[in-house]
Amino acid sequence: MVIQCFILFGCLAAGELIVAVTGVRLPASIVGMLLLALLLALKVVKLQQIEKLTSFLISNLGFFFVPPGVALMVHLGLIRSEIVPIAVATLVSTALVLWFTAWTHIAASRGERKVKDRLSRRSGRKEVADA
Amino acid sequence: MTGDSSLLSNTFVLLSLTFGTYFGAQRLQRRFRSALLNPILITIAVIILFLQATGVTYETYREAGSWIDFWLKPAVVALGVPLYKQLSAIRRQLVPILCSQVIGCLIGIVSTVVTAKWLGASDAVVASLASKSVTTPIAMEVTASIGGIPSLTAAVVVITGLIGAVAGFRILDASRIHNPAALGLSMGAAAHALGTSAAMDRDAAIGAYASLGLTLNGLFTALLTPTVIGLVDRLTA
Repeated sequence: MVIQCFILFGCLAAGELIVAVTGVRLPASIVGMLLLALLLALKVVKLQQIEKLTSFLISNLGFFFVPPGVALMVHLGLIRSEIVPIAVATLVSTALVLWFTAWTHIAASRGERKVKDRLSRRSGRKEVADA
Repeated sequence: MTGDSSLLSNTFVLLSLTFGTYFGAQRLQRRFRSALLNPILITIAVIILFLQATGVTYETYREAGSWIDFWLKPAVVALGVPLYKQLSAIRRQLVPILCSQVIGCLIGIVSTVVTAKWLGASDAVVASLASKSVTTPIAMEVTASIGGIPSLTAAVVVITGLIGAVAGFRILDASRIHNPAALGLSMGAAAHALGTSAAMDRDAAIGAYASLGLTLNGLFTALLTPTVIGLVDRLTA
């Protein structure tokens, strides 16, 4: 458990350091996440050294959002007075982001495949011509 | 009972209330299998009602709650593990992934700002909503930089995440989207860590794409929001 915490908090600390030094516009936790993936890819950190703690944290991720959510009560008045724009904008926009992100990914994958196919066919034809 | 000095504002009392309510809500959801009985939503509601009924202030609760939300940052770092497991699949489709995230980010900002303005939201509220799809620290910083109310953003971010977690897969399933990469990327882009957590519950590979979506949309939103807001302002003025 100690080594698991060391790796995880080490990544977070390194993330804080990187953000402070480079001034990159990302939160330290996201930099730490990318760092952890990098360390795993470089085999500096092994999966079994960390997976127990990370899967515990990931499976309880939602719970950690309870205290920030309670902050709602501070703005209940403002939210009540502008409930229609807040609710409608949030709902509509969330659905649109879901659709457009998914559709763009599907369409771009298809487009990329077509371009690659055409390129490989062209180079294939060239080889035939060369022969 | 005089609110804050009482036993009710004790850190351990407030923490056990949070744990206990969440546990009870989880059992309730398992029993009735309703998405609306989301344990996070129920726990937030119960605690707000508890605080209002007892007169314990939000500041007191926040102090106790910081022991819980302290773990948010390490939990986001932990998402590096599923991300690593999908690294080779991600590398193979880098271009479609980047395209989908830029579009998702722009759609998110523009649709929120235009809809909220059209329905008569005040400027401060519009600015506070713009970055609602991304993870709290990024969203709050973006809001501060465009003249919104950061703590309102924090609350809206949680609501957005809950909408994504509760309704996200229903919307995507109804639209017959089945590609795991498309599902994950859109859940992470639309509903940050809460969407990612819901994606992780369905499938680890979808969850990995979601953590990528949460990262990239966070990055693009931080970079693009001020410019996009300026453009929308000029066009709608």
